Amino acid sequence: MYDAMMAETISITGHGGDRIEAYLARPLGPGPHGGVVVIHHMPGYDAPTKEIVRRFAAHGYAALCPNLYSREAPGASPDDAAATARARGGVPDERLVGDVGGAVEYLRAMPASNGKAATIGYCSGGRQSFLAACSLRLDAAVDCYGAFVVGTPPDGYPLQVRPLAHLIPELSCPLLGLFGNEDKYPSPEQVDELDKGLTAAGKPHEFHRYDGAGHAFFAVDRPSYRPESANDGWARIWDFFGAHLAG
Amino acid sequence: MCTYLTEKITVSGSGKGADGWFTLSDATVYLDHPQHAPAEHTLNIDFLNPARGPSARVAVELTAESARALVLAIESALASAPPGLV
Repeated sequence: MYDAMMAETISITGHGGDRIEAYLARPLGPGPHGGVVVIHHMPGYDAPTKEIVRRFAAHGYAALCPNLYSREAPGASPDDAAATARARGGVPDERLVGDVGGAVEYLRAMPASNGKAATIGYCSGGRQSFLAACSLRLDAAVDCYGAFVVGTPPDGYPLQVRPLAHLIPELSCPLLGLFGNEDKYPSPEQVDELDKGLTAAGKPHEFHRYDGAGHAFFAVDRPSYRPESANDGWARIWDFFGAHLAG
Repeated sequence: MCTYLTEKITVSGSGKGADGWFTLSDATVYLDHPQHAPAEHTLNIDFLNPARGPSARVAVELTAESARALVLAIESALASAPPGLV
């Protein structure tokens, strides 16, 4: 099987017509390929996130990660950019949808695209993946331990985030949720609430929840990494995308 | 989402970043997941000059124990100064 791939930094059109930086990895075979928008975590558009982007390409998907901090910190290192974005209250929801929408359009317009597109996000990106799936026409979405899809941020919380439960009726595609049972944001109770809300609205979804895992169990460069949970999670992702995004 | 209350203060002084010394104007203090330190959560301090851009930043990520020790050390050093010096 021909397995060559290419990965590179490109520029795409994001919210408001802004040109923003993005990292693209794509198989070099003829396709057709599904497209995955990878939404990076709070610590930013960093090297581990780019590894995830390449992983999707190695599995036959065109994957694109927009740098959500392009505007605050063009050219800055990922950690400095993340600190700047954090100090300004994070990424506004409207802008996130515009940036992810631009990435989706880019992927669907690629010559080898099969016309299908999905989102996956980690940490804050998990919530943003859900938000994108409620705001854009997608074929699949994955929420990896995103907080405040349901539940209200505590007083003094520095980010401009609002719960998204009211958007459940707008969810445009099947949702895969992957959560650690030792996580506090989202807590197991909040995952229960989201699960019930999706079921009540008749929205197709599958949740997998892992004992012994907390927040960020996919993050291979952090002490939160839980290999068993992450390996099972990746297997669930391949199955889910195989059913909804491939071909 | 992995972030908690952020304390923001204005500061006067200098810091040495990747491009050398620069004037500090702000500092933020927050407990969050670190970028680099091998811990689930750390007490993070950013010394900043936003007017000079995102890279004008001196960052530390400390364990809670280290952060408390730092507070005591700073207080101790200030308290030991001769009268009238600070």
